[in-house]
Amino acid sequence: MSGILKGRAWVFGDDVDTDLIYHNKYLAETDPRNMPQYSFEYYPGKESFAREVKPGDFVVAGRNFGCGSSREHAVHCLKEAGVPVILAETCSRIYYRNAINNGYPVLFVKGISSAIRDGCIKDGDELEVELETGTIRDMTSGRSYHGDAVSDLEREIMSAGGLIPYLKSRRKEG
Amino acid sequence: MGRTFAEYVLGRAAGHPVSANEVVTVEPDFCMSHDNTGPISRTFKRIGVKRVWDPNRLVVILDHGVPAPSSDHAINHKEAREFMRGQGAPHFYDVTSGGGVCHQKFCEEGFALPGQVVIGSDSHTCTYGAFGTFAAGIGRTEMAAAWATGAIWLKVPESFRIDVSGELRDGVSAKDFILKVMGDVRSDGADYMSVEFHGEGISAMSVAERMTLCNLGIEMGAKNAVCKPDRKVFDFIRGREKSSDWEALWADPDAEYARALSYDLSGITPGVARPHTVDNYAPVESARGVRIDQAFIGTCTNGRLEDLRDAARILKGRRAAVRTIVIPASWEVYRAAMRDGTLDVLIDAGCVVCNPGCGPCLGAHMGTLAPGETCISTANRNFKGRMGDKESFIYLASPLTVAASALRGEISDPREVM
Repeated sequence: MSGILKGRAWVFGDDVDTDLIYHNKYLAETDPRNMPQYSFEYYPGKESFAREVKPGDFVVAGRNFGCGSSREHAVHCLKEAGVPVILAETCSRIYYRNAINNGYPVLFVKGISSAIRDGCIKDGDELEVELETGTIRDMTSGRSYHGDAVSDLEREIMSAGGLIPYLKSRRKEG
Repeated sequence: MGRTFAEYVLGRAAGHPVSANEVVTVEPDFCMSHDNTGPISRTFKRIGVKRVWDPNRLVVILDHGVPAPSSDHAINHKEAREFMRGQGAPHFYDVTSGGGVCHQKFCEEGFALPGQVVIGSDSHTCTYGAFGTFAAGIGRTEMAAAWATGAIWLKVPESFRIDVSGELRDGVSAKDFILKVMGDVRSDGADYMSVEFHGEGISAMSVAERMTLCNLGIEMGAKNAVCKPDRKVFDFIRGREKSSDWEALWADPDAEYARALSYDLSGITPGVARPHTVDNYAPVESARGVRIDQAFIGTCTNGRLEDLRDAARILKGRRAAVRTIVIPASWEVYRAAMRDGTLDVLIDAGCVVCNPGCGPCLGAHMGTLAPGETCISTANRNFKGRMGDKESFIYLASPLTVAASALRGEISDPREVM
């Protein structure tokens, strides 16, 4: 994924747990394509996310996004909805690994948690995101943010499209 | 400079000394998965490998919805069953009286061993740290990859040292201590770290209590949590161990820590985590009088014999004022509680005793909540709507506090009813 991504922001707070992203009620679902309809059903004020999210929209969150369960549904439901990247101050270890292993980028954005709290970045803001450089521009407010780049191994897995394609390509080489 | 527990164990697995923040590739000693084994097996097949790297290293324990509460669950179980049979993998725990909550069974069956590396496709895999195991939760894709390759990449975590002195007072339990720690550290305060519990306060605890502490490591964001393996652990695993290749390893006194805290257990009092986050700690006094509709005693956090006995101690000869659900964490626990009379005490008090499994902890069945209802639970998560309707409320507490609250129909201090 390269170039500048453009889309609307959907803004969430700190400690968004995996039940808020994808409730355990739907865990028996195993096809990622069926998962977007349940996204954020339990997040107060974001019940309409699943219906209204458009491919290209961004999920913007504060600290500790994806804390809780190891369920990969919480990555699939956003990836399959067409959200190209998660922009969060930090995210939980397991959520982060699940994202990388599914070829799904998470940018760690310094200061975004307080920007959310202070109302500097809001639902519907038009964002431009450059994954290569980690630059995020909020075209609505005129503010900019910076996200950290991933490590080399992580980049390798992501550019292969996730852990499974990565392993397959390595098997061919070996 | 000395080494931390994580540096020792991951260095042993990697075959060379390692330091925090290094990325290593290691072969896991055991791989644990549960009802999610079916979907993992589908991902595994997509890799294009026919056989898992070592069928003896897979441990599959059905527990999330047992017996299956829906045909979707039944399909997942069926797939897991067929996959394990097809791979000739022997360590499969089906829906029988040899089963239980995966983390409890895993330990009872002797798969949690000192100095070994275990990965599990469940976030509470960190529980095995009570045995001196380096155990971390991972996702399904990673599990499929580990089955295929026998390898997983792990960043050697920085470590967080928690020193524990003193002794718990009567009416106060390990759960109260860890709820307090979670309140202090917050839900991301140990993110990506290895949490080490040190000190006399921990040595004095039972293996069951240490499992409660390590189980909740993930709720502070930890990669793993661990207690020093000692005689209590060696006694527990004797005759159960599924591998002889284990080694009791522990941190050096001069190891380097990213963060440290210390606690005196004698200062801990009964506490709760209020809705809807695990770190929303309060001493029980400040939640006292909150009306409850249901009490739940069980799960990988607090469904062991010691926990059921704690509940029975409060409820003996009395009657619960609200519906109270009791789920022993395994059939071994169930039978022991049946033999020593604990289950009779609880049933006489009006409790509903269900078969071992995760039960209502994740809202699947056996006690889900209606809108507006409040449950006090011994589990590990009180996320909004986790046990059922999104307009329901969960308080987390010790088995003593849950039983005392069940007795009165409102959140209560167990020390007042003992």
